[in-house]
Amino acid sequence: MQRIGVFICHCGSNIAATVDVERVTEALAKEPGVVYAVNYQYMCSENGQQLIKNAIAEHRLTGIVVCSCSPRMHEATFRKTAEAAGLNAYMVEIANIREQCSWIHKDIEEATEKAIVLARTAVAKILLDKPLTAGETGVTKRALVIGGGIAGIQAALDIADAGYEVDIVEKRPTIGGRMAQLDKTFPTLDCSACILTPKMVDCAQSDKINIFSYSEVEEVKGFVGNFDVKIRKKARHVDETKCTGCGVCMASCPSKKGLNEFNMNLNNRPAIYIPFAQAIPNVAIIDPEQCLKLKSDKCGLCQRKCGVGAIDYKQEDSFVERKYGAIVVATGFRPIKLDNFNEFGYADNKDVVTSLELERLMNAAGPTKGTLLRPSDGKHPKVITFIQCVGSRDVSGCGKPYCSKICCMYTAKHAMLIREKYPDTEVHVFYIDIRTPGKNYDEFYRRAVEQYGVDYIKGMVGKVYNENGKLMVQGSDLLDNKQIVIPSDLVVLATAIEPDPSVRDIATKLTISIDTNDFLTEAHAKLRPVESPTAGVFLAGVCQGPKDVPETVSQASACASKVIGLLAKDKLKGNPCVSHVDENMCTGCSQCEQVCPYGAITYIDKEFRIGGGKTETRRVASVNPAVCQGCGACTVTCPSGAMDLYGFSSAQILKEVEAICKR
Amino acid sequence: MQEITTTHKPLIVAFCCNWCSYAGADLAGSSRLSYPAEVKIIRVPCSCRVNPIFVLKAFQRGADGVILCGCHPGDCHYSTGNYHTRRRMALMFSMLNYFGIEKERTRIEWVSAAEGAKFSQVMNDFAKTINELGENRRLEDLRCKK
Amino acid sequence: MQKIEELMYKRASEMLESGEVDRVIAWKKGETCYDVSPATFTKDNLEGFVYDAFCGANLSKYLVEESKKGGKILVFLKPCDTYSFNQLLSEHRIKRENVYVIGIECQGKIDANKLQKKGIDGILSVEEKGDKLTVKTLYGDKEIAFEEALSVKCETCKSKEFAVSDETIVLNEMRDNREKRFEAVERLEKMTEEERYAFWQAELSKCIRCNACRNVCPACTCTHCVFDNDKSGIAGKANADSFEEKLFHIIRSYHVAGRCTDCGECSRVCPQNIPLHLINRKYIKDMNEFYGEYQAGAAVTALNPIVDFTKEDVEAATVVGGKK
Repeated sequence: MQRIGVFICHCGSNIAATVDVERVTEALAKEPGVVYAVNYQYMCSENGQQLIKNAIAEHRLTGIVVCSCSPRMHEATFRKTAEAAGLNAYMVEIANIREQCSWIHKDIEEATEKAIVLARTAVAKILLDKPLTAGETGVTKRALVIGGGIAGIQAALDIADAGYEVDIVEKRPTIGGRMAQLDKTFPTLDCSACILTPKMVDCAQSDKINIFSYSEVEEVKGFVGNFDVKIRKKARHVDETKCTGCGVCMASCPSKKGLNEFNMNLNNRPAIYIPFAQAIPNVAIIDPEQCLKLKSDKCGLCQRKCGVGAIDYKQEDSFVERKYGAIVVATGFRPIKLDNFNEFGYADNKDVVTSLELERLMNAAGPTKGTLLRPSDGKHPKVITFIQCVGSRDVSGCGKPYCSKICCMYTAKHAMLIREKYPDTEVHVFYIDIRTPGKNYDEFYRRAVEQYGVDYIKGMVGKVYNENGKLMVQGSDLLDNKQIVIPSDLVVLATAIEPDPSVRDIATKLTISIDTNDFLTEAHAKLRPVESPTAGVFLAGVCQGPKDVPETVSQASACASKVIGLLAKDKLKGNPCVSHVDENMCTGCSQCEQVCPYGAITYIDKEFRIGGGKTETRRVASVNPAVCQGCGACTVTCPSGAMDLYGFSSAQILKEVEAICKR
Repeated sequence: MQEITTTHKPLIVAFCCNWCSYAGADLAGSSRLSYPAEVKIIRVPCSCRVNPIFVLKAFQRGADGVILCGCHPGDCHYSTGNYHTRRRMALMFSMLNYFGIEKERTRIEWVSAAEGAKFSQVMNDFAKTINELGENRRLEDLRCKK
Repeated sequence: MQKIEELMYKRASEMLESGEVDRVIAWKKGETCYDVSPATFTKDNLEGFVYDAFCGANLSKYLVEESKKGGKILVFLKPCDTYSFNQLLSEHRIKRENVYVIGIECQGKIDANKLQKKGIDGILSVEEKGDKLTVKTLYGDKEIAFEEALSVKCETCKSKEFAVSDETIVLNEMRDNREKRFEAVERLEKMTEEERYAFWQAELSKCIRCNACRNVCPACTCTHCVFDNDKSGIAGKANADSFEEKLFHIIRSYHVAGRCTDCGECSRVCPQNIPLHLINRKYIKDMNEFYGEYQAGAAVTALNPIVDFTKEDVEAATVVGGKK
């Protein structure tokens, strides 16, 4: 016989103000199987938990029902409480009488009645609960970082620093990511390359870090602690082990029409190239679209010039399969495409540029060697107009509904740098709001206005059009309540950022969820911000939400500490709420195997006694509890009911249905 | 047995997957987005855990409406669970209608963890439909009624 | 048909004699000519071996138990039974190498009840002559249109092709009437919800839970049925207060959905004449319409639509409706 205790939480007044907790207590005390019912102000508090522990001992409880907030909030808390009092952690059920009851109902009568039904339903379920023990699995002491931007670099360095092996998979030919393209960083204005490249070098030099550049994740199998990942090393047509990065090949290449992606396509590069001087790995790559040899089997100059014989035109994609214990996703972002924003004339005017293009135009390693020249005629722009929120905070559907978060700060940075370097330049900034929370951020922005005399105009820009070689920026000045037109030489669009499109594919492979804006969803928005809902997969950088460099680095380090915490364990406790098969019932029909997304079900031929001293061999299903994730797809597919799920058994759910439908 | 009342109090069973819809219900709660108290939620790990037997059981026991909520297709925490749900329930709901259960009494909705407002709106809408339909013809047999 | 019976008997005795097979599953005469039942024959005993218009039973299911006994079995399968056989193969219920399949001609099987309803009593034997049926009775010979005597399951024969066979015995061209297959389901679909409810209420209230449908169904081959399992929460209860019949039949048909080959055995054996096949056929029709044509048992390797999916599948709301 089960002896159930019911614990009703007031949650301060959150529950007690709308649910008559005394009545719930009285009603539940009378339920069959319930031997003790009590209510308390805060069940999750230390005193509340102590009350539960005492009751378990005093009333020899075999299971507890806590009527409180959502199980997503405190189920784990109360499981620990039960365990501490000697109960099995899975002899705990939560009746969600806060989110599903007190918070959405106003009428006390109605809410109280519903709370009683919800509590009874939980009692009906727990009466069929059985103690469960989680299985244990080993942990592969190696982490995979997907994405080699600053987020991935930081995470990898921190994990390596703790003594674990890390592999970085970067789809581009070099690590460094977006930060490598930046000129200066706010709010200190130190050069981006100066702070990033040492970290890149550290990655290359670390004996714990292995970089798979120009590579992509092909396939992911397994589960926390034991991921099996197949990595596709795309053919770069240059032997990484031989290439010294001398650059002779680049100089010899006759094809020079390739667009320089690193410089935002603002200038050209040869067909064989090293993305930028500090690239890691410092190895050349051939662009098959541009290479004459690969396209038409003519040329072959680079191969002849290469002193170490590193060029291999016949190289093909290769695959590496590795095991990992944890995975960090750091796939980063890109500026959105501006196809929906014709009003700003981006497609038609070379001198309308995005902020990331401006970064390259101002960078000493950029196409203009750091002198700010406008792309159309190479002249110094005298009037520069910035337009903020291009595609951000846009509910029209053309852009993104969210704030890209970094634009206010980098626009202030750009304005300031230009005014400092070229004091004769006039700088205007159209903004909707200025958002500069963060340490030394607002001060930074104010310096732009107060010290550097940047003209900030509150208002939206209606259109940008070319008139006699001038870019006419027509907008409204909301503070002066008038329409203005600013003839400009260069227009800079603070373009919204969006997750790199590769994230969708990665999310599917890792079975982690994505929100409507393609940002990866964290396990808990506030309390588990760097974990994905899939155990063992962590999120760093803009793939999870817009953020600047310091925030990205913080999140990456947080990820690393989570990964280290995971890899430090020798054994992981699994989820005991997995499928199991009643072999006596199983017919071996194979349907469960066909619906299992994890390949957790296999079949074995087993001998069964059939009475009269005889045996028969039957084919029966067998579940690998370490691989099963507990979705329950198999349980419904099984016609004989041989498959069932621990923690959510068919009999339990039927009892819940009955309890709810009891009038 | 309870005394017979003239006004029928509707009963709605909502199966919610733990990862999306149950979280969506939590969000509806924490956003104080109300929906009728006749909606009672049963938490399941995934919508694909919902056996058609559960739906039938609910109707047998006097439920007036049954709704399944899961992650949006493509967003299943278990990657493919809700695709199975979609097929199974399309067939099961069609069959229930074949047996004379009004098609409005069964519903599937995809509600993400971020869609607290949608959850509340779906439940309000469903409850309104069920209220309008009134008491369900129970799936019972004449032979047993005697 | 007598000719076919002779050929079948000949092959059966040959194969038993030569030791090619150890046992034969076929039909056996009963007390009356229409009381035919499936039986296992051995070398020493082929008495009662029969094949005529009353031999409606689908023999494929009997292979599940029979093949466990070892040895090789010869089975005679009508075209529609071969689908069940294939389906059982795909579910690993029969080992193909243990069975020798002879596909046999079938022009549809007849229902003695239908003859009796037409006032034909004292039936001694029947003889097929093209689309006519001659019935020898105690009161003389009677002749009726073959179609009028067809059993329900054969009124809408889905196929005259053998999905699988090692050899066939076919003398005449076989008729099918597959275009009529979904007519009855469509009639029900056209009714109002109230009418449908009343229809099934009336039909299923006749159910006496004898389990004949389950026992004969070649898709119902579970080692233990979920309705017999106390732990399942839906085990059949003697003192059931409501719904058990509808729950049983809806779930039984759901459990065989995508595996049911539409052989019609459930309706054939129902002592209460409940048109159970109309439940299974609704699933088949829905699956065909929602997910594309599928015939269970047509191929051993095909994936049952109910365990399959596509990302673009229709929503329940689209196909069933449901939103006001």
